[in-house]
Amino acid sequence: MSKQINVALIGNPNTGKTSVFNALTGLNQKVGNYPGITVEKKEGICKLPRGVKAHIIDLPGTYSLNASSLDENVVIELLLNRNGKDYPDVAIVVSDVENLKRNLLLFTQIKDLEIPTILVINMSDRMAYKGISLDIPHLEKELKTKIALISTRKNKGIDQVKELIIKHKELSIEPCLNASLIDTSYFDNLRQAFPNQLLYKLWLVITQDVNFGKTDRKNYEAVEDFKTKSKTDLKRLQQKETIKRYQFINETLKKGQTIDLKTAKDLRIKLDRILTHKVWGYLIFAAILLLIFQAIYDWSSVPMDFIDSSFAALSEWVKETLPEGAFTNLLAEGIISGLGGIVIFIPQIAFLFLFISILEESGYMSRVVFLMDRIMRRFGLSGKSVVPLISGTACAIPAIMATRNIESWKERLITILVTPFTTCSARLPVYLIIIALVIPEGRVLGLSYQALTLMLLYLIGFGAAVGSAWILNKIMGLKTKSFFVVEMPNYKLPLFKNVALTVLEKTKAFVFGAGKIILAISIVLWFLASYGPGDNFNNAESIITEQYASDNLNTSELEQKIASHKLEHSFIGIAGHAIEPAIRPLGYDWKIGVAIVSSFAAREVFVGTLATIYSVGSDEEETIKNRMAGEVNPILGGPLFNFASGISLMLFYAFAMQCMSTLAVVKRETNSWKWPIYQLVIMSAFAYIIALVAYQVLI
Amino acid sequence: MTLAELKRGQQGIITDVSSIHIPLKLLEMGCLPGNMVELVQVAPFADPMYLNINGTHLAIRKETAIHIIIETAHE
Repeated sequence: MSKQINVALIGNPNTGKTSVFNALTGLNQKVGNYPGITVEKKEGICKLPRGVKAHIIDLPGTYSLNASSLDENVVIELLLNRNGKDYPDVAIVVSDVENLKRNLLLFTQIKDLEIPTILVINMSDRMAYKGISLDIPHLEKELKTKIALISTRKNKGIDQVKELIIKHKELSIEPCLNASLIDTSYFDNLRQAFPNQLLYKLWLVITQDVNFGKTDRKNYEAVEDFKTKSKTDLKRLQQKETIKRYQFINETLKKGQTIDLKTAKDLRIKLDRILTHKVWGYLIFAAILLLIFQAIYDWSSVPMDFIDSSFAALSEWVKETLPEGAFTNLLAEGIISGLGGIVIFIPQIAFLFLFISILEESGYMSRVVFLMDRIMRRFGLSGKSVVPLISGTACAIPAIMATRNIESWKERLITILVTPFTTCSARLPVYLIIIALVIPEGRVLGLSYQALTLMLLYLIGFGAAVGSAWILNKIMGLKTKSFFVVEMPNYKLPLFKNVALTVLEKTKAFVFGAGKIILAISIVLWFLASYGPGDNFNNAESIITEQYASDNLNTSELEQKIASHKLEHSFIGIAGHAIEPAIRPLGYDWKIGVAIVSSFAAREVFVGTLATIYSVGSDEEETIKNRMAGEVNPILGGPLFNFASGISLMLFYAFAMQCMSTLAVVKRETNSWKWPIYQLVIMSAFAYIIALVAYQVLI
Repeated sequence: MTLAELKRGQQGIITDVSSIHIPLKLLEMGCLPGNMVELVQVAPFADPMYLNINGTHLAIRKETAIHIIIETAHE
């Protein structure tokens, strides 16, 4: 078998690059990170005819090789590092047929790096609709490349792309533009200083802040003439480069592309007239949000109930079937309960990502950015902060990474700092189980009270984010130049395959990422709850039997008493009691205290922790919810989870910064421990105060 | 006149961009002298502005638009 062909997929955002990636690789893909940074790395294997395989990397979308973000840097680093293991044998530039002119800018830059390049023109199904016709042979000649006209929507042309990948050695590596044209004398100097280097590559090294081959760069800088231009001059030259490139592209397209505007139709105008309207636009956005929350609540309750009862039954079955002993208990009470605590969230997380990916894929998200920019600016945010704040409802980690396209550092920093307030999917299980316990069923205007409570909690999270942004904006007083450019892509019907793959991949990431932590913590908790120091724990049976000797309890009542006595004197019970004074004013008992403390690793641990604590020593087949409903407040009597303590607990989770992974990402994105520590301290203190006030007012 | 003064639905030709105030990214998206620009839609308070520049649809803020000089057919 021959070596795999390295292929890099490059293109502007919104060109269907990811659709091409999905069409080429199918399910043979994996998502990871580039070493040392949080930029997502998508790669996959594509099987080509005649037993050849291609290794395909889906690079982050970019408009040009002039990087202005970490994601875009990745593209340049990969293309400039000839010795890198992912250096492409062939680059595929994916472009959108409706925006060919703009897409070709990036294409000509890559050609000038003398990398064999295939031009894939996607969305060819829209040509007739838009009145576009292309002279492919002419374009191939002028651009010195091979072109595949494809449509991922109609599943056309992918075989041609595969064919071109196999024949990549036949591609011309002649550049499109003579780089010297940018500034003849400057480039002549460069050529003399570095006779063996590719001029355009040198130019990129000079103008970009790229990290690649640090030693390389030092060598360059040691040579005179290398940096003879000021920053403003360089920027002026970059602009000149852009103009030169567009001149070449316009010349090429003059003969290669004709657009008959008479036959062109435009759905965009009609849709935008309503969706970006001053009144309707906002109403529709609000309605969409309402629909999403109602759907998440209503649609996922059935599978969730099913999962909950199945795991309870499984745990019971294990206990009955396997021989008694520590291992059986660990399996039934620690591992299975812990697993149940992960699996139960799959339906909701899948639904949430389903909606988010539909909003993104359809092009609607950009309209929201447009609508919200002016409003968000008042709070020191950008319209682009809406995307992190909305995707923060799934998880703060990708949301914080999604702030990278915010041009202004101040707006970006504020967005990063406030995003953890939005209701992420890890808070959802806490809310859901408590809502089920303390909010009555019933409906108003067809919406259930429970769904409305959930919506309210989302609004509180969003309000906290925006409100704290306003305060930060006032006190930080950072003054930076702000640019705001957002592309408004065409409306597209989301492709089922893309949406399905996103949902699958994100859900998998949750189950395996968060799941590992939840499972590990569940097991640790089981040990801590099943063992304890001293006589009080070890002699629980004799102590209780003696204590209740006169009460004539039947066996099961006695066993219950023993179990709860043991739990109270286990390691976890002792720890829980230690923090109880701090949380009692909030209406919680020591068991909730344990759950809160373990939640500082990750919030989603809460339900699993309670499930583990409550299931230790209990013989009955019970769902998590029923066990929680049965808990009694040790001081006041009555259910432990009542309206006041329930609301207080939900508010605590709404505001507290309980996620180590988020803190780590904030540290990476802001490059300082200062910001995550502020977040942890301020948010958690605020959460405590609010929860305290809520409980004391409601009780 | 500047791009910020354009009315909804109106078209113009870009004649000059003040390069210090305009991000390179905007130029790369086609905001260059000689290109046609149309104001497609405005958000409340006419900010941001939703433009069609030479077939590329994008939104920019008013504070950026005042640095882009245009000519309309009526001038």
